[in-house]
Formats: sequence, structure tokens, C-alpha cells
Amino acid sequence: MSGKTLLAKIWDAHEVVPETPDTPAVLYIDLHLVHEVTTPQAFDVLRANGLPVRRPDRTLATMDHSTPTEPASTLEELDRVALPAAAAQVRAMIENCAEFGVELRGLDSPERGIVHVVGPEQGATWPGHTVVCGDSHTSTHGAFGALAFGIGTTEVGHVLATQCLLQRRPGALAVNVSGRLGPGVTSKDLILAIIRKLGVGGGTGRVLQYRGETVRELTMEQRMTMCNMSIEAGARAGMIAPDDTTYEWLHGRPMAPAGADWDAALERWRELEDRGDAQFEREVSLDAGRLRPMVTYGTNPGMSAQIDEPVPGSGDPAIDKALAYMGVEPGKPLQGRDVDIVFLGSCTNSRLSDLRSAAELMRGNRVADNVRMLVVPGSQIVKREAEAEGLHEIFLSAGAEWREAGCSMCIGMNGDTVGAGKLCVSTSNRNFEGRQGPGARTVLASPLTAAASAIRGRVADPRELMDR
Amino acid sequence: MDKIVRIESRTVVLDIDNVDTDQIIPARFLTTTVRKGLGDAAFHDWRYAGDGELNPDFVLNRPENRDRSILVAGDNFGCGSSREHAPWALLEAGLRAVISTSIADIFRNNSLKNGFVPVVIDDEPHRWLKANPGAEIAIDLEKTRVELPEGPPAPFELDRFARYCLMNGVDQLGYLLRQSDRISAWEQRAGG
Repeated sequence: MSGKTLLAKIWDAHEVVPETPDTPAVLYIDLHLVHEVTTPQAFDVLRANGLPVRRPDRTLATMDHSTPTEPASTLEELDRVALPAAAAQVRAMIENCAEFGVELRGLDSPERGIVHVVGPEQGATWPGHTVVCGDSHTSTHGAFGALAFGIGTTEVGHVLATQCLLQRRPGALAVNVSGRLGPGVTSKDLILAIIRKLGVGGGTGRVLQYRGETVRELTMEQRMTMCNMSIEAGARAGMIAPDDTTYEWLHGRPMAPAGADWDAALERWRELEDRGDAQFEREVSLDAGRLRPMVTYGTNPGMSAQIDEPVPGSGDPAIDKALAYMGVEPGKPLQGRDVDIVFLGSCTNSRLSDLRSAAELMRGNRVADNVRMLVVPGSQIVKREAEAEGLHEIFLSAGAEWREAGCSMCIGMNGDTVGAGKLCVSTSNRNFEGRQGPGARTVLASPLTAAASAIRGRVADPRELMDR
Repeated sequence: MDKIVRIESRTVVLDIDNVDTDQIIPARFLTTTVRKGLGDAAFHDWRYAGDGELNPDFVLNRPENRDRSILVAGDNFGCGSSREHAPWALLEAGLRAVISTSIADIFRNNSLKNGFVPVVIDDEPHRWLKANPGAEIAIDLEKTRVELPEGPPAPFELDRFARYCLMNGVDQLGYLLRQSDRISAWEQRAGG
């Protein structure tokens, strides 16, 4: 299959009906991830049409956006701690999954968590898969060499009913990364730099494939952080060709192939590896060796700067508006700006390695008096693993809050919000106006930068604390 | 779904680039389990001040714009999340189409599934539209062009299938369900 992009290999293998000028392709979906926010209206359509879920065995359901991060493993506890509308949505999910025969990793499940953490954790996301979810950060699963993208609720209904989608093939754009990431610089900083380079609409209509020596050296969790934010460049999806790192991560997970099936799968997956001969519509390159920690200063993920680099001066009305919303001084670096809240979590950066790296920096330190820090593991499994290592004790003794798994303050749907006018250094993925609650000001950063900022009480370069 | 062949209206101009879905409908309104009732949530935090009063400066609040159904927006409209609540809210707020120089993929797909028409035109007519708020224009799906009060019409691309579905009120789920034999055959070939 020389010359084909990873996208083309996966696409061609999933065309139930090829596309024509008059009709889009009917594309088969291997894995459908569902959560409580974007499904109730889709289940209603099935109900109204008397349709079953075609493949409950290919549907992985959990709850993450509206669930409280205070303990609530029963409906009674839920009603006590959750916002009423959020609790109603959680109940609707429980009822819909029961009615349609979909297994739900629900309130009391030890495997519940953010859908984009749970899928890979369970080994449900495989190289060569098509993966969709009613959530734009589905691009996360591209880290495994899957074609994974977000869809709306109508399309969620299509997949529930037919396991297929009507799709036109997107273009493929290669992002070639060279150079070794320096100490204190993470794949979060790298993806923020890529989004800045491409612009927030630069990937529209395309799938990004991250390549190069730097990407090959990243762990799976670091790769997930990168692919997760592909949508922030407007891209349909982001993907990384599989390699030994991918296979090692998957091996032995509950939903990964086992025994003879594993060997057969491995043979198929190796066909998807990057041999460097694929033709892309466009290629861009970036040297990661010179990167410093990145922070956003504005109101979209493309408005970012290296931490000690001055943010733009005034002049551009869009930048002026963003800086005014953020309360950030034009022409000065963001470093040193007072911080009110630090949020460590979200489908971008809530996995065990993210918590470990932040905890490492915080060990023996205190969260500054002016800062509230919230640590929200990506899944209940991540939470237990972190607790087994004692990470929670580091966070708690530093004065941070240690919560139950969920999307939490990334989107604020469950009531975990920042507060109007407050500035939050957040390891999440979006710094849109009001994203973390009305009037909230979001600075996107890596877990290391978030931890350093929590300790210092201001936007801080983690390398200062690492060099001690 | 209603058939859409032509939309005629005066325009409302929101000259801001990268309008994201969190502005179109803030996340706190997504706890709903139904499609209806979101009209008031459209652009909520721009339409209302912190105290819940209407913000008189926001373009959609101006009296002359209340009945207009074509939004002219800056580049990369609808970027961000996959929430279909965005076109649901816009439709219920009385808007039927958006014209921009680029529209984010998921938002565009969601819009097409709901009869909210996403129109991408060239820079030049877009600049003219932004400079002439309230212009009386028509979006013609038959001719795939935007008709302006002056100058040549602005052509736009629209996927042929999506256009057919809009113009004939076709529900795409029905089309997919009719592929069921081929889907089963594919599943058998793929071994489950």
C-alpha cells in the first residue's frame, strides 16, 4: 500500500459504499463512544422510528460532562451534589442505555471517566479503527493510528441506528516535527505551537498526521494530548501512525485483542506504519528543539506565546478584544500575571503521566495562598492508580482539591466553574470566552506550567522550579 | 424537514472572526435532553449583560435586526465543539443561514442536517456584505449563489448530496437505513 496516507488506508478499508460526485461515502464505524450530553435527542429519534441500536457491542458508553466531581455513586448521592439539570441528563443516559441494551460505565462503575480517557484505557481504540463520538475531542484516539472525529447529535443517531456515517473524504496534511523537546517542555506545548502556526481554522476540511522523530519518541499519553487538540486548529481529526509504542500500550488491555487475535491484529496494524512514502496535500514543519513552555493569552487556542515572550501589542481589533476580555496587558509577557485558579484535568491532560509530572513539581510545595487548585483525574482508574502511588497526598498536602473523574472545569457543565473575571491556568483545551463559566479567563498550559503557576501564585515557567 | 430552495432576507452582520460554539451557545445550556427551547440561549452571553438585561449594543438585539434571518459572520464561523445545539439555537432564534469565508467542519455538517444553511463565499462579496449591513439579499440553492442588490451574484459551493437533501427535505437517516443490506454484507466480509 505504498504511497497512501494513513487516512487513505483507513478510509478505503471502511467504505461500505464508495463516494460519488452525487453521494458521500457510507463509512463504517468500528467504535462509537457515547456520553450523556450529545445523545438524548439521538435516542429519541431511534425511539420515534422504532429502531434498535444496531451494534451495542461497538458502542462504549460512559458519563463525564455533567457528572459531579464530588463523590456520587448512587442516584441519591447524585441528587444531593449535582445541579438539577445535570442530574436529569445523567438519569436520561442511564434510562436510554438500559432501554437500548447499551452497557454503561455509569455512576457506580470503577471504569467511569472522560470518554476519551476511558476508550484508550480499556484498549477499545485500535490502529486502523474508525472512531466517532458526539464530542469534538474524539480526535484524541487518532494517537493510536485510528481515524477518529467528532460528530453532532443527528450523526450520533445515524451511527446508533446503522453503525455508518455519510462522509466525504477530507484532505490530509502532514505536520512534520523534528528536534528533541527540552526539559519542562511537553507535547501540550508542542501542540499549542502547532495550532499557533496553522491558525484556528488552518486545518478545516483536513486531517492532520503528526510525523517525525519527535513524535516517534513521545509516549502514548503525550501523543493523545497532541491529537486531542487537532480540532483546535479546525482539523477534522489528528492522527499518528502506529508503532511499537502503540502496540506495547495496547497489549493486555481488557478490550484489546488477545492470544491468536493479537498476533493477527499486529500483522494488520504493521501495514499502517509510516514508511515515509505517502503523498500529502500539504506539509508543514516545526522544530521542537527550540520550544519553550507555551501559554495562551487570548480567547482562542491559536492566541498563544512562549511563556516569556511578550503577547502582541495593541492594534489588531480581535487581539485587543481578546486581551481586554482576559485582562492581559498588551506587549508584555504573560509570565508573572496573578492567578486565581489552577485546573489540572480534562481529556487533554488528566492521565496518570500528567498527574505524575505535576505532582513531581509540587512535592514539598504549597499552592499559593491566592490560588485554588482543582485536580480532576481523567477516569476512576486513573484516580485509583494515582492514589496507589500517593499522588493524591502530594496534591492534598499542597492544598489542592482532589476530585472524582470527569470533564469538570474544562467546560463547567457540572457546576465546577472559574468565576467571572477570575484567571485560571488550565490544562484543558479551550480558552474561549466563558468556556469555564461566564466571564472566566482561561490560560491554556501544560500540567507542568499549571503546577508551577499554582505554587508561585502567578503564571510561572516550570523550568524555574525544576532547576532548583 | 422543510424544503429549502431560496432564502430572502435582509442581513445581520456579526463582523467577528472565529466565532466559536461556546459563544453561539454556552455550555451550561447543554444539560437539556430535548432539541427545543434553546432560542434564548443563542449568543446568550453576548446578548445579555451579566445582570440578565438585554445588551442593547449587541447586533442581534437591535430592533431593525429582530426579524432578519441571514447572518453574515467573520471567517471560521462555528469553530470549537460538536454541539448540534448550536444550529438548533440559531434556528430557534429566527436565523436560517450564515454566510462567511469559511465555516468549521462539524458545525457545517450539523447545520446541513437541520436545514440551517452554511454558505461560504469569496472574500470580495463577503467584504461587501460586511460593509453593507441590512442589505436585501437572496441565497438561492438551485443556482448555488448569493444574489446581492448590486454587482454580480456570489457563487458558493455546496455538496451535491447535502443540497439535494435541503431542497427536497430528505432525512439522511432514511437514506442510510436503505443501505442496510450493504452494511450487513460489509460486516460479514470484515468478520463481524
